[in-house]
Amino acid sequence: MATVTLTIDNVKLEVEQGSTILDAAKKIGINIPTLCYMKEINVIGACRICVVEVQGARALQAACVTPVTEGMVVKTNSAVVRASRKMTLELIQSNHPQECNTCLRNNNCELQALSEAMGLKEVRFVRPAQSHKKDDIDNSSPSIVRDPRKCILCRRCVAVCEKVQGIKCISTINRGFETIVAPPFNQGLNDVNCAMCGQCTLVCPTGAITEVDDTGKVWRALDDSTKHVVVQTAPAVRVAIAEEFGMEPGTVSTGKLVAALRRLGFDSVMDTDFTADLTIIEEGNEFIKRVTEGGVLPMITSCSPGWIKYIEMYYPDLLAHLSTCKSPQQMFGALAKSFYAEKKGIDPATIYSVSIMPCTAKKFEAGRDELKDSGYQDVDVVLTTRELGRMLREIGVDWESLAEEEYDAPMGLSTGAAVIFGATGGVMEAAVRTVYEVLTKEAMPNINLTPVRGMEGIKEATLKVGDLDVKVAVAHTLGNARKLLDKIRAGEADYHFIEIMCCPGGCIGGGGQPIPTNLEVRLKRIAGIYKADEELPIRKSHENPAIKAVYEEFLVEPLGEKSHKLLHTHYVPRGVYRKPEGLPDRIPSEDHH
Amino acid sequence: MNFTELELLRATAKETIKLRLGEEPSDNYKYHVLVCGGTGCISIGCKNTLESLQESITKNNLQDQVKVVVTGCMGTCEMGPVITVFPEGYYYCRVQPEDADDIVSTHLMGGKIVERLCYHAADGSVQPRKNDMTFFKKQKRNALRNCGLINQTSIEEYIAMDGYKALAKALKQMTPQQVVDEVKKSGLRGRGGAGFPTGVKWQFVLDQQSDQKYIVCNGDEGDPGAFMDRSVLEDDPYSVIEAMTVGGYAVGASKGFAYIRLEYPRAIDHFNKALERSREIGLLGNNILGTDFCFDIEIRVGAGAFVCGEETALLASIEGRRGEPRPRPPFPAVSGLFNKPTIINNVESWASICPIIVNGAEWYASMGTEKSKGTKVFTLAGKITNTGLVEIPLGLTLREMVEDIGGGVPDGKAFKAAQTGGPSGGCIPAAYLDTPIDYENLAALGSIVGSGGMIIVDEGTCMVDLAKFYLGFTQDESCGKCTPCRIGTKRMLEILERITKGLGKEEDLDLLVELANSVKASALCGLGQTAPNPILSTLRYFRDEFEAHIKDKTCPAGVCKMPRKGLKS
Repeated sequence: MATVTLTIDNVKLEVEQGSTILDAAKKIGINIPTLCYMKEINVIGACRICVVEVQGARALQAACVTPVTEGMVVKTNSAVVRASRKMTLELIQSNHPQECNTCLRNNNCELQALSEAMGLKEVRFVRPAQSHKKDDIDNSSPSIVRDPRKCILCRRCVAVCEKVQGIKCISTINRGFETIVAPPFNQGLNDVNCAMCGQCTLVCPTGAITEVDDTGKVWRALDDSTKHVVVQTAPAVRVAIAEEFGMEPGTVSTGKLVAALRRLGFDSVMDTDFTADLTIIEEGNEFIKRVTEGGVLPMITSCSPGWIKYIEMYYPDLLAHLSTCKSPQQMFGALAKSFYAEKKGIDPATIYSVSIMPCTAKKFEAGRDELKDSGYQDVDVVLTTRELGRMLREIGVDWESLAEEEYDAPMGLSTGAAVIFGATGGVMEAAVRTVYEVLTKEAMPNINLTPVRGMEGIKEATLKVGDLDVKVAVAHTLGNARKLLDKIRAGEADYHFIEIMCCPGGCIGGGGQPIPTNLEVRLKRIAGIYKADEELPIRKSHENPAIKAVYEEFLVEPLGEKSHKLLHTHYVPRGVYRKPEGLPDRIPSEDHH
Repeated sequence: MNFTELELLRATAKETIKLRLGEEPSDNYKYHVLVCGGTGCISIGCKNTLESLQESITKNNLQDQVKVVVTGCMGTCEMGPVITVFPEGYYYCRVQPEDADDIVSTHLMGGKIVERLCYHAADGSVQPRKNDMTFFKKQKRNALRNCGLINQTSIEEYIAMDGYKALAKALKQMTPQQVVDEVKKSGLRGRGGAGFPTGVKWQFVLDQQSDQKYIVCNGDEGDPGAFMDRSVLEDDPYSVIEAMTVGGYAVGASKGFAYIRLEYPRAIDHFNKALERSREIGLLGNNILGTDFCFDIEIRVGAGAFVCGEETALLASIEGRRGEPRPRPPFPAVSGLFNKPTIINNVESWASICPIIVNGAEWYASMGTEKSKGTKVFTLAGKITNTGLVEIPLGLTLREMVEDIGGGVPDGKAFKAAQTGGPSGGCIPAAYLDTPIDYENLAALGSIVGSGGMIIVDEGTCMVDLAKFYLGFTQDESCGKCTPCRIGTKRMLEILERITKGLGKEEDLDLLVELANSVKASALCGLGQTAPNPILSTLRYFRDEFEAHIKDKTCPAGVCKMPRKGLKS
């Protein structure tokens, strides 16, 4: 390893060649403040908060982009540096609405924290012009709100959208003081190629790009005595919600989550994990059918709504590869207003169905026209983990002293296979646990499918299932999804089954999760997911007695008539900006409807 | 075309212009009447003058004796339309269509000059020939060597004026390293503004190992009041094309891009025609002059962003991305266009290259000062008698520039300052008129040579208002990428607006200085780093004017509208 010797703040040190000043300063215990920097994703030196003095340089240098050189002498703490950082911050604040108290990101805002750390006491500019006004707020999307007034143009959202998701539905438009991060021609997010994944909301240092806040709708439903309000909780929420109360990421808090929801006044608290198990039964059988009867392969999972919108936009020609299974959220929604209503003797018209999701795209999914198979909108409203945190704090939930409670029947019981849906590779692993045993009629020797676990972008595995070598692949992020889809298009993908999740790390890293969500946090949540799996008494979907019961009492059989009506769906070719010519309005599945 | 054919063409072409060079012509022409077709003269109506002249010549049946040539800018833009009559080089100013008959009968037929159209110096003396004119006497035209002398798009006339001698010499007699050495030894510094040694830049690119390298010409001239690059591109496009080709040979690049701003349609047109003509006769394309060397150039048209004059923004724009600067390193010489090693030089730098190769580095380095070699083009504008395009050996004093070449400040007003370097520059007050103009001296005075804009201001100019003008410009042209420039220029402008409205407070000046120094230190690119210069420089020499606006609520120059006395703001 080639190294470079330099001096930072009078300390001589040796660091790896190619390091930046920012990296090097960490080695002597100095965290140079940054705003626009995101390691490997956004390295543009734009915000100028991280400036340092480099001996011999004409101007201050941005530590995040300046590589160290032999003999370099750096000052990170000089009067010039401190004054410059503070002035830059003062400039940002002079064009930032001073609405911290009423901002969704209050107390969780990097700009606020930095201003505090830098001791910024006042903004001295008199009646400074503001680059954007309230009218510029983009409320068009069901998932994401853009408030350009709060944008500091760090472009982290642009970078994550372009480099991680490979979409770039937003970028900088206009120039100078009027610059704005927006879709092309300042269209609404709903009108462009946004997958609604919400990764932008996770990386925004301020409140300029946030989830759509639907807590008001839920409060209204809870306050309405004529409504029977049911709630479902996604697998990834239970390992993240505690972070909303300052707890360690990855803390498994299933029982507390149930209790907290009861404190809010939900009439029934049930689990998306139940329908995750159901998804495995349906999807597993669909897979077996495709393999044995010669259907379209590779089959690709369909749980992740950002992913679904992405394939509909960019690869409408490959829609037949998607499993026709609805996502667990939508299976739950359809069953809540049919099976559950019937069993409880409740008029489905009075049921209000809420889901707690780690995901902003789920809000879009719940509003999809075709997802009304119960005869009603299957899911009425979707809250992200962050919104739930907000509601719970509003009523003063004390997370630590909350006693654990159990989910309600009949859709509350689930298995470890369902929990792992929350991490990348989890759906595949859960499916394999079931497919193996259904096909071979033998117990799987080791149900932990470790090759598909972890943060590697694309993971592959081949397993012997009876006489068949099943080749599977798992991708997370749309950027990685694209690689697999291009392989399929090119006829080079010999996989049988592919799992794709829209967000980095899978749903635990979803766009609706607590902030911060970074690599370190994602890894902790993933660890929480597998811990929860290990701790559950049943770890295979087909062994879930509640699933057996729902087939016996209601659905009759996997892929049966009722399943088709309630649990399977179709997809809409969209094109990137509009539907490509020559494509049908919908892609009929082989035998659906 | 090979080397021999080039020399044959040169010999033929030279015959047609001998009369302009003071040599005995072999053809029948007695006079060459050169009509300035530069943009300045076009805007003032030279086309009508040209038509009248042609009519009058035909009417008098002189077309076989008098050749009329439309050339590029002759330099005296304020006196247009101008014409030069060779062989003697008589210079007529403000020639209206109705003057044509007089010129034809008196001069071309009668052999006497039309004195009323000659240049009258400030002291009342008549300076009839170009060589007599104080405007031209102290100039040394290298980059502008052909401007105003030849037909703008005629490759023959360019070749007649020693065109393509540099390329022929480089390809025939010099190794790439020798070419680079020659440029290095000449001491030529980047004429676009930063003044980085051109040869050193070329050496970096030559030293890079790469399958592809690029040559780029920066023709995104954008400083208010600067138009030297436009003139070169319009009036002598081959000088740039040949130089880029020489550059390609020197560093091993086969492809060049000329980035020309959209607002220069004639430059784009002439450059395009020149590219086509060069390809037609084999001076661009494959196997140039019969050698293995291949090189071609494409034009890229800017879309109206000043910041694209910044090299990394320009490269991004060529690549089809948003025109925004990026941090350096890596420098374009290492990772430039499409991440390949790239030479990017300004138009005037390119136009200076060929004479260096032909005449040698020593010749070029013999002009100028110790650290600032050669000649530099300035655009002289503002409160000055002779507005125009000027090329001087560096080291000439500011006084020579203003009083001799510029003919002094008109209307009996007093010189107040010279604003140099455009929105990135500063102003130099009367006390420093005897300063020799070069990179070091101007920097020491808090200004810059920059791209060569020089705007003279007289006592009737408010310096606060002037600073506000430049801040308005940079604020408008900031790309918006980095915070200090995006918001800082806006806030500086707001403070200046308040001061010029009589609403300034004393603490505003401290905040303005603090902000200006912070933006200068922390902005990402040259645009932002230099944007505060007009403020810092006017404050350095004219702080009293700022204070008069703030404390006394008066504008000493009487430019800014102040609240009436006795009224509270």
